[in-house]
Amino acid sequence: MAVNLFYFFIFPGLLFLAVAGAFLSWFDRKISARVQFRKGPPLFQPFYDFFKLLLVKETILPKHGSPFVFLLAPLLAVFGATMAGVFILLPILNINTGFRGDMLVIFYLLTLPSFSFIIGSLASGNPLAAVGGSREMKLIISYELTFLLLIAAIIMKSGQHFDLNTIIETQQSGTPFIGSISGVLLFIAGIFCIQAKLGMVPFDMPEAEAELASGIYIEYSGPPYAMIKLAKYIMLFILPAFLIALLMNGMKPGIGILWVILKILGVVLLLILIKNTNPRVKIKQASGFFLIWMNLLVVIAIVLIAFGL
Amino acid sequence: MGFKDYCFRKSLWVFHFGGASCNNCDIEILDCLTPRHDLERFGILLVGSIRHADVLLVNGSINMRDKDRLLELYHQAPKPILVVAIGACGCTGGIFAESITFAGPVDAIIPVDAYIPGCPPKPEAIIGAIVKLAGKK
Repeated sequence: MAVNLFYFFIFPGLLFLAVAGAFLSWFDRKISARVQFRKGPPLFQPFYDFFKLLLVKETILPKHGSPFVFLLAPLLAVFGATMAGVFILLPILNINTGFRGDMLVIFYLLTLPSFSFIIGSLASGNPLAAVGGSREMKLIISYELTFLLLIAAIIMKSGQHFDLNTIIETQQSGTPFIGSISGVLLFIAGIFCIQAKLGMVPFDMPEAEAELASGIYIEYSGPPYAMIKLAKYIMLFILPAFLIALLMNGMKPGIGILWVILKILGVVLLLILIKNTNPRVKIKQASGFFLIWMNLLVVIAIVLIAFGL
Repeated sequence: MGFKDYCFRKSLWVFHFGGASCNNCDIEILDCLTPRHDLERFGILLVGSIRHADVLLVNGSINMRDKDRLLELYHQAPKPILVVAIGACGCTGGIFAESITFAGPVDAIIPVDAYIPGCPPKPEAIIGAIVKLAGKK
């Protein structure tokens, strides 16, 4: 029991995920600044933002809305992100939980932050938030099928194993999955799914700074907005970690810690470069992109896996 | 200075309210966020919603229609919020001070924490004011 609480709250749970995610968020902002020939924010900037929102600012409740749901949604987002993070990081750290079938639990927990943002935005009673919420809904419908097919392909490739621990062991005893043609196709689809899940620029229509004035988060201020920031920091860390566990053989002990940090930084760098070199697409284009092209890519990968490539 | 104040002054998020402006001050404000001046190195971001803002930048002369909007924005902002009046029109009314639709300079409507005079003020003057403001709080 005490061990489980330690797992959920300290390491690799809430505290570790939040700190690692905050540093990755700084990395994101710094690299974006360097790409635009700017200097960029200082190292502890995400912590200043978070503690300012949490400790200094006032919480404003919308007049025409449901305050209870509005305040509960950010907590639900942090809860979902943290649980998913614990289930992803324990197998990466080679701690066997003996939980078979955790892939599906991770899949559902990873959708929880997006769903709670939708619920929160619709509970705020703001028209711009409602537009943002409906766009996020359409985006979820677009990318979730691709993500589920991707997980199915990984399960097929590992020989019908439904738990992350065995998938990582299969890769560590053989070659990493990315070392094959189907693995590369899955990696491409995975990167775009993560981009959409994080709401990064080609797929950031739900918050759309320019037209919706930060859309789904428009009514949040103070501590609830700090919770949203926290959930976003955690998601920025656990989604690349999940991709690494699925395709790039997780973490080996010893010097492997350095490798896994480099792998996460590499995946995040790729995400940031895609974010900085692409304009925002329309929701129709995003749906078409995922429902036709990315699904086609993953289906081709599944066919290749069936032939053992 | 406590931990809370330190975090607050290291992370000022700016919401920009343009009154009946001639747009020169708006251009200079946007100039501060470009690669040449880069206000993000002080942790300053331009946000789209008043609910996220820590600083309310007001420029342009405030006429009778703007006054209600400005008051509404000020009441909707989460406290503590700092108000900065930019340009001659924001500080005093400038050449519009005797106009019939003029509803008073910004400090006659809401409390102002910093004034940046100039028509328009240079980006360096705006950055200097923001840094001084962050040091004051």
